[in-house]
Order: sequence, then C-alpha cells, then structure tokens
Amino acid sequence: MESCAQTKKYAAKDYKSDLKPIWCPGCGDYTVLNAITRALAELALPPEEVAVVSGIGCSSRIPAYTSVYGFHGVHGRALPVATGLKLARPDLTVLVTGGDGDGFSIGGNHFLHACRRNVDLTYIVMDNQVYGMTKGQASPTTSPDWEGSKLTPEGTGINPFQPLVVGLASGANFVARVSSSDPVNMAQIIVEAIRHPGFSLVQVLSPCVTFRPEQAEWRDIVRTAVVDVTDDAARAARRLMTDDGFNVGKVLYKGNRPPFRPEFEQTDGSVAELEARFAL
Amino acid sequence: MTVQSVSLVIAGSGGAGVVTAGSLLLEAAAKAGWYALMSRSSGPQIRGGEAAAMLRFATEPVMSHDDSFHLLMAIDWENIGRFSAEIPLVETSLIVGDPAHGDAPAALLGGRPRQAGLAMTAIAEKIENGRPNMVALGAIAAMIGLPAEAMQAVVEQHLKRKGQAAIDASMAAFHAGIAAAADLPAIPKLPAVAAASAPRWSITGNEATGLGVIRGGVRFVAAYPITPATEVLEWLAPSLAKVGGQLVQAEDELASINQIIGASYGGVPAMTATSGPGLSLMIESLGLAVAAEVPLVVVDVMRVGPSTGIATKSEQSDLNIAVYGLHGDAPHVVVAANSVADCLFTTQWAVHLAEAMQTPTLVLTDQAMGQARAIVPRPAELSFIGQRLTATAAVEGERYKRYAVTASGVSPMAIPGTPGLTHTADGLEHNELGTPSSQASDHQAQMDKRSRKLTQFNYGDHWAEIEDAEAGAGDTAIITWGSSTGPAREALRRFSDAGGKARLISVRLIAPVQPEKMAAVLKGITRAVVVEQSHSGQFYRMLRAFYDLPQDTRSLHQAGPLAFGPGRILEQLNAWSS
Ligand SMILES: Cc1ncc(C[n+]2csc(CCOP(=O)(O)OP(=O)(O)O)c2C)c(N)n1
Ligand code: SF4
Ligand SMILES: [Mg+2]
Repeated sequence: MESCAQTKKYAAKDYKSDLKPIWCPGCGDYTVLNAITRALAELALPPEEVAVVSGIGCSSRIPAYTSVYGFHGVHGRALPVATGLKLARPDLTVLVTGGDGDGFSIGGNHFLHACRRNVDLTYIVMDNQVYGMTKGQASPTTSPDWEGSKLTPEGTGINPFQPLVVGLASGANFVARVSSSDPVNMAQIIVEAIRHPGFSLVQVLSPCVTFRPEQAEWRDIVRTAVVDVTDDAARAARRLMTDDGFNVGKVLYKGNRPPFRPEFEQTDGSVAELEARFAL
Repeated sequence: MTVQSVSLVIAGSGGAGVVTAGSLLLEAAAKAGWYALMSRSSGPQIRGGEAAAMLRFATEPVMSHDDSFHLLMAIDWENIGRFSAEIPLVETSLIVGDPAHGDAPAALLGGRPRQAGLAMTAIAEKIENGRPNMVALGAIAAMIGLPAEAMQAVVEQHLKRKGQAAIDASMAAFHAGIAAAADLPAIPKLPAVAAASAPRWSITGNEATGLGVIRGGVRFVAAYPITPATEVLEWLAPSLAKVGGQLVQAEDELASINQIIGASYGGVPAMTATSGPGLSLMIESLGLAVAAEVPLVVVDVMRVGPSTGIATKSEQSDLNIAVYGLHGDAPHVVVAANSVADCLFTTQWAVHLAEAMQTPTLVLTDQAMGQARAIVPRPAELSFIGQRLTATAAVEGERYKRYAVTASGVSPMAIPGTPGLTHTADGLEHNELGTPSSQASDHQAQMDKRSRKLTQFNYGDHWAEIEDAEAGAGDTAIITWGSSTGPAREALRRFSDAGGKARLISVRLIAPVQPEKMAAVLKGITRAVVVEQSHSGQFYRMLRAFYDLPQDTRSLHQAGPLAFGPGRILEQLNAWSS
C-alpha cells in the first residue's frame, strides 16, 4: 500500500470540481482543499468511492469544490450525516470537513459521540478561532481576551475549548494537528488519517485573513512538534495540555480501538419470519 | 348489528403486573377465537405504581373502546382514583375489589356502579405460590364466558420454563377464582366462537409500525429513546438485524435524523421513530431532507404536549408541527395511521411515498394506538415497496444533474459509488447541478419541482378511508383522522343499526391536501362533524383552511388524554336526525 504513488492513477486535480471557491483571497481553507485532493490522489481512491460531508461555514463549503460525492447539510450536523452514511455504506471512504464553530459549538455533542463511537471516519476541522461565515464572532476556540467582535467587545472571558484533548478523552482513535501553511505535510497526515481505522481527528490551523488578520502570523509561529506518535492517550493528552497550540505537523496519537460496527445477526431471516411471530 | 362485546379494566398499583394480567387475558381470548383490544394507562412512576389495562373483547374486530366498562377488577385501590376519568363506569357497571384492601375510593363511584368483593389475597394465600392476580383472572374468565382451557394453554406456554409446579399453582389460583365468581353479580358474557375462524394476528401499534417500515424496505434506523415510541425501536433492533439491517442508538434526535439522512443519501432506505419533543428537535433537518431531496420516514408516536407534557398518554396535537413546523416553503408528506392494524399499512405506504418522491414523509400515530395490543384479522399483503428513481450510468457528453427539472418533479438520484455521477447534495438552494445558487430563477424552478413531485403523485384511494351506513351516506358526514377513527367508526355502526344514514371520512393523507378528492366524497353532504383529540381543534382548522366544507360543520374536539367514546359522536348524529 505504501507506494500507491507508483501507479499514479490519479492527480490531485482529478479530485477538484470546476467550481471556483467563494473564499477570501488568502484564506487558509484553500490549502486544505489542496491537501485533501492530494491525499486522495496519493491513496488513488476512485472519486465515486469517496464522500465528503460537511455542515455550514466557510470551511464547510469544501464538498462542492471536490469531484467526489458530497453532502452539504445543516450547521453542526455533519458528523451524524457521515456516521449514517458510513454505517450504511461501509465500502465508501468518508471524510468530514468543517469549522470550529460547526464542530465544537453547535455540533459539540456530536463531536463527543463521534469520538466515542469510533466509526471509521476522517474529520478535518479548519480551526480559525472564529465564525468566519457570519462575519467574525468568537468561537469555542477563540482566546478569552479577543475583542474583535461586536457581540463580545470585552472578549468572551471564557476558556477556549481544547479540541484534541477533548477528542482524546472522548475516544478518538487518531489525533493530529497540522498547519494550512504546509499543505504537503497536511496531505501526508490526511493520508495517514484516512488509512487509520476508526475516528481520525485532524485539527488544521487555518487562518481567517478577513476577520482574524493577525492569524497571518501563524505561518511563522508554528513549529514542527518534536514528539513521536504514541498509542498512550494519557501521554498524548498531557503533551497537548502543556503545549501552546502551535506544535504541528505530526500524528500525536494512534489508538488500537476497533471501529464501531453494529452487530449483524448472520441469518437469512425473511420478513415472512418476522410476520409469523404475530400469527395466532 | 351492534358489536357484541365485553369491556373491562384490570387496575392496581402493581405496575407491570396489571399489564401482564391483561396480556394473559388477551392471549386466552385469542385462543378462544375472540377479537380484542387492550390499551394501557399508567401513572408517572418509572417502575411499579398504578396501572390499568383496559380490555374489550368481541366476536368481531374492535377498533375502539366502548363508552363505559362493564367491569373494573381492582387488585388494590392505591391511586386508582387517578384513572377515574379514563374508566367511565355507569349503573350497570360492576366494581370488584378485594375486601382486604378496604372500600373503593369515592372518585370511582360517580356513575353509581354496582360493587362486590372478591377476597383475592385470602384465596391466593390458601394455595401454595398462588397469586391474587390469577384469582382475579379466574373470576373474570368465569364472568365473561372465557373457557378455562384457553387460559390453561396460555399459562402453560408462559410458565413452561418455570416447570409444572408453577403452572399448577397458577391454574389452581385461576380455578379458585372461577369458583369464587359464582357469588359475584353478573356482567354480559360473550358467546363462544367456532374454532376455525379466519387467520388472526396479535400485534401492537408500535410493532405494526416497525413491521410496516421493514416491509417497505427500510434497513437503517437511528433513534433516541422516548416514550411512547421506544417499543417501535425495541421491536426493530433485533428484527432489522434478522433481515440484514441495523439500528443505531444515536446521541440525540438531531443525530438520529441526520444519521438517517446520511444512510438514505447512501442509498439505504431509512427511518426514525420519536414523539413530540424529539420531532421538535428534528425539524431543521427535515427541511434539509426536503431541500436536498433525501427520502426518509419519521414516525411520531404522539403524546400529550406541549413540552414534556404527559409522556405516557395520548393526544392528537402534533398535527400542526407536522404540517407547518418547517421553515420556508417545504413541501413534504404527512400521513396518519387510523388504527393499530393500520400502523402497518400506513408506515409501509410512507416508505413507498418517501422513496418514490424523494421526500421526507412524516407518519403520525399516537400512544393510544402505539401501545395498544389488538387481535386483528391478518393484515393484507401490500405491494408497496420503496422504489427510488436512480441514475445508474453517466450519459456521454452530459453533465449529471442531480436536481434536474423534470415533468414529474422527481430527478434520478445517483447513489454514491456510481462512477461518473458524483455531485454534492445540498441544503443550500441550488441549480439543477446541485451548485449553490441565490438566483430567484433557480429558487423558483427548484421550489416548483419539489412541490410538483407531491401534487402530481397518484395517491390512489389511500388518501382516506370512507365508510357509509348500510342505508347510505345521506347528507351527514363524520370527518376524522388517526385514533379518533375507531370511536367514529363505531358511532357510525350504531347509527347505521338504528337505520340512520351517514358517511365516515377518515383522512390518512394529511399533507399534501386533496381538495378534489374531498369534494367528491362530500358531494350531497350538507352537515359534518369533525372529530379529533386536540384542545384547539387543529384538524378542524386545517380542514377549514384547505377544503370546502358543508355549511353546517361542527368541531368536536377535546384535549387528551381522554378519548372520545362512540356515544359522544353518536349524540351529534342523533341530534341532527331528530
Ligand atoms: C442553526 C444555525 N444557526 C446559525 C447559523 C449561522 N451560521 C452559519 S456558519 C456559522 C458559524 C461558522 O463558523 P465555523 O464553523 O467556525 O466556520 P468558518 O466559517 O469559520 O469556517 C453560523 C453561526 C446557521 N447557518 N444555522
Ligand atoms: S471569512 Fe475568513 S474563513 Fe471565511 S473565507 Fe474569508 S478568510 Fe476564509
Ligand atoms: Mg471557524
């Protein structure tokens, strides 16, 4: 499997649609789209066997920009749509894309339970610490002293949400943080995330140049994490709780939990048999 | 001919014990060749607490309870007064209680029923491992004419694993009850039925709902538990597994609805079941299924609202949210089952409608029919199966249009996995390709097609059930829906037996409305009574808005959990004809 590249059946552009993204010039999400298409090419997955599911937000626009099957649902509900799709169609490779608001605020409960349930999905969250689409309000990952929104002019005063720590604690089977400034590395991590069975969580630091222009500095602040992947969730969590959020580019945790599949009774039962139980 | 029936209640504080006793009686009645209907009512306690099993036995199918009960068998009196409104008793009724528990509470005595004592506890104590419930069942069997052999067969089946001693103890208590009944005042007895009667089923509304969706082709269910819909899920989980399907317990109703959207987008017919509070949470995503054109079925087993309301009791008050709850103009289908057995027909039909029109279909049932068990004639085989118009191959030189504007409004759907037809399904307004669009012309074209799918569909005769009195329809109609159909049907039957003319119209297809079909069945009708169980008359208002009704149309509505007895409806018919 490692050297899928040898076949070169697909190029990244084969996974792009001809729609022009509506994103602002310089938005971090452009490179995420590039990395996803690169990863799919690397894996040489036939486009019709891949589905990308999303909710609502700038970042949630990704499905229509790909040439695979896409589902663009409502705000916060991408994970349950993807869960139903993957359970009903285990033959498909299912990716979920979205933002920090979509995933950790309105969809927070689904995030917890998607990690717990460990269905074989790859969840790519473009974290820009803001609601981009609704023009710049604080999100769950925004720092408490950010005063850029009219809704919270004094800052939120609330501790930011720690997606990867919460993901680990909830049972995510694969955890990584990457930066949109390094699409090659990001593509590589996404490949690993797709290959790893169970629920894979990839946090992408993806600047919103319009409502958080200061995030343009992220490309200079981020550094490659000096850790090796572990299968010990506690160790991974401890590292994450002590870092400053800018250690990127590495897979931090790979667990061994088997992915969720509902039990099937392997019987050739028929509807007539079910009906017979009601007959007097 | 009026239904020959006996109605009785077994009540007490034993919780499940009372319902189990009722079930045993129902099974024995089935063995004796009778038809039956058993509803249950319970207090708010999670386990134990007061409960009542309301049973009606007859020599032909029954769909409704009577206006009053012939017998109330009280195992004890604790909190039983809380049921007094649900257990109408009249002067000919009989209350039987255990003297060991004292006198009947005054709340039960308003209708001045007769009273008698049966020393259930004392009699049971004389029998090793004897239980008062079995003594009560023996007395009931003797009073209503149920042969002891029928109960013997049922007890043997149930206690087989506990051994012969347990069977003997139960039957000894049962026979002691029969003997003791000799001293009790009489209530009507049902005649025995010839053994070789038509094939019958014993089924609850919630089981019938589960079977209906499986018959229709559903193989994926995601749901979150809620009273009184949970039994649908409990039946479906093991049953789906047997036919290659699956049930997932979701983290909430937002997840349930979105999981089934995902599964159905993946090509697997899908449904969920819930009650009012859960339906409220699902509403936004039902709109998504409308816009993205994802077929699915949502069953709402209605309970008393608003809010948490009365979780264990019935009301027909989710009609408004089901029809009007979605934001925007969101054409979707709403159907309603009209009896325990009709839960099977209606849910199977719902899967067919959802799949054929690629639209969400809501099914309204309620606690009264969902948790009722009935002995019914074997339901007919139905030909409906979910069949989706799919796109299976790319057309040379043409881009696949997921939301192609077609004459029927239905666009061929490409299922993921199909080469050359990849696309993004979208809840954002879109053009034919599925590309998001904010243009007025695209919105208009897509709205038109989504609405055309529903208005042009051929619903056949299933939109309503129509029944006329023997002497004909005359100029009078009863218009009703859902659970109110049972009592309305019986009112019509009684009116007919007395030579009256009237027509019953029970609407199964709530939305889209069918004004032309209604006009045809209202031809010659000059007065109508609209019967429903809602405080504000939701159904009556809906009819007023969309249909041409006779000049003299009256609304007979009341809040749950009390159901209309046939007598209340009959009163209106009689008042008109005198
Ligand atoms: C139920 C509902 N509430 C609110 C909105 C408005 N809304 C759209 S996107 C969004 C936030 C998006 O933020 P995020 O997920 O971080 O995505 P980004 O735009 O930053 O990529 C909100 C609040 C909505 N579409 N639906
Ligand atoms: S608003 Fe921010 S997140 Fe949205 S497209 Fe523009 S830069 Fe990207
Ligand atoms: Mg964001």
